[in-house]
Amino acid sequence: MTAVEILIYACLAIGVVFNTLGVIGLLRFPDLYTRMHATTKATTFGSIFTSLAVIVYGFFMFFSQNDSQFLILAIHAFLAAACLAFTNAVSAHAIARAAHRSGIMPMPAVIDRLAEAKL
Amino acid sequence: MIDAWILSVLCLTVLMAFAAIRLVLGPTAPDRVIALDTVNTLVIASMILLGVVFGQIIFVDVAIVYGLLSFVSTLYIAKYIGGEL
Repeated sequence: MTAVEILIYACLAIGVVFNTLGVIGLLRFPDLYTRMHATTKATTFGSIFTSLAVIVYGFFMFFSQNDSQFLILAIHAFLAAACLAFTNAVSAHAIARAAHRSGIMPMPAVIDRLAEAKL
Repeated sequence: MIDAWILSVLCLTVLMAFAAIRLVLGPTAPDRVIALDTVNTLVIASMILLGVVFGQIIFVDVAIVYGLLSFVSTLYIAKYIGGEL
């Protein structure tokens, strides 16, 4: 087992563990905003790490076998991970804003400063 | 070497099933939307891994297009929930 394989296994394990934590938070948390806190951050982080495993695999196979197909694989996986990171953040912000506008409050909330500010 | 990739894809598929539980149970509409968003993210991650499993780069391209389309649909649903449509 070489060092690159250990790196790939570690990235895959970190990604799957963080995705699991995000889905557990989605099932167990009591409130919309805490659920969003769990899923958005943990799932984005885990998916970036599983993509990082593919990127490392692609570069390793490109430099060992000198086949340009693996370089294309690595670059496209990097593009997919970048799209994932940006779109997840923006869509989570949009859903939180829409939920607040439709009147959903955090669970033990008493004061709503955002509604008082009338933005 | 291939076994770890397939194992990761299987784990992500099981997680998709668990996220679908919240998609069915969710008390309000935004809960269902974030469950659907989680399923979309897991589908993209597992498609990138499937590109390595099957040795075909077209899976990764499909993952990019799927991610952008799901982003647009999520923004549209958020506009609808917020009453701005």
